[in-house]
Amino acid sequence: MERGREGIDPMRGYYDDRIVALSSRLVVPFIQLFALYVVFHGHYSPGGGFQGGAMLAASFLLIRLSVGSDGAQLQFRKGWGTPGSSIGTLIYLVTGLSTLLLGGYFLDYSQLPLGMGESETRSMGILIVEIGVAVAVACTLTAIYDDLVGEEGRRGSPHDA
Amino acid sequence: MHWEFELVILVFLLAAAIVALRSKDLLAAVVTLSVYSFMAALICAVMGAVDVGFTEAVVGAGITGVLFIVAIYQTERKSVD
Amino acid sequence: MKRFVLLVLIAFGALMFYGVSTLPDRADPRAPANLEESAAGSPVAQDYYIRHAYEDAHTPNMVTVILADYRAYDTLGETMVIFAAGLACFLILRRRRQEDLEEWEESEGLEESEESKEDGTRS
Repeated sequence: MERGREGIDPMRGYYDDRIVALSSRLVVPFIQLFALYVVFHGHYSPGGGFQGGAMLAASFLLIRLSVGSDGAQLQFRKGWGTPGSSIGTLIYLVTGLSTLLLGGYFLDYSQLPLGMGESETRSMGILIVEIGVAVAVACTLTAIYDDLVGEEGRRGSPHDA
Repeated sequence: MHWEFELVILVFLLAAAIVALRSKDLLAAVVTLSVYSFMAALICAVMGAVDVGFTEAVVGAGITGVLFIVAIYQTERKSVD
Repeated sequence: MKRFVLLVLIAFGALMFYGVSTLPDRADPRAPANLEESAAGSPVAQDYYIRHAYEDAHTPNMVTVILADYRAYDTLGETMVIFAAGLACFLILRRRRQEDLEEWEESEGLEESEESKEDGTRS
């Protein structure tokens, strides 16, 4: 098994390589901003929930790879992954079921009570659904990484709450 | 229309695929697989399927590579065959 | 044997190129997928999407409208698949929490190992 400096597992432990840590910390906010742009501008340009969510997950994974899982707890906690993916899927399902309860078909967004014209309401419904997909994808991919790496990373964490 | 461009990308794609298959070092294989995914994304973008190319670039070249690297760190770096 | 494998590969490649060569050109307006009516005389769905996507959902990007409105059920299935994958990873790979492990060891009458004394639980 590959080990980092002083026997610390680079995937889990907190090890400092300042150039890698600093450059990835510099890049990550821009990746996240572009991911949000991809999600919210999906109505007008290529992109959408899945791509934006995967990009958001990529920014979380970049921090996890560069400073280790312990340092990354400051950004996105390990326990958030699975609940977040459930919340994202629930946003989608609740949107679809609410239109069903309000008298339309399943996922017929024009029935949503937003006080706008029919086509504008559909546009907003698409946006809500895309946000749900983005949250689900970002949290799921981060949770898969955390599950793969394991639990030992919590030991000696700088953010041990 | 863009057939020269597509040909160049296709050659790179084939080269990356062959290198990823033949490599004994699994970490290098993962990196070349990312290159392969990115070339596939470029082909999709050239052909006009921008959404598919976007998804391929983000998932294939980003997330899959990271997950493979984690799997390698959990197991072995060298291929045995 | 190796020569035989190579021969089979070349044969399959030739078959694939033969199959691809009969496909219509890219963005050919007379290709069956781009016609208003299919060969059987029924209307093609793509035609409806191109004509009505903007007025139906007030969104310029047709792909988004198709993915999230016309084919929303499909996208719901995709999201459920991703969620199921995450859940499967959670159930298979996530280590058992330490208190549960100790409880299990006590109930099974096993010795307490050194590993279980450390507090490895997540908050």
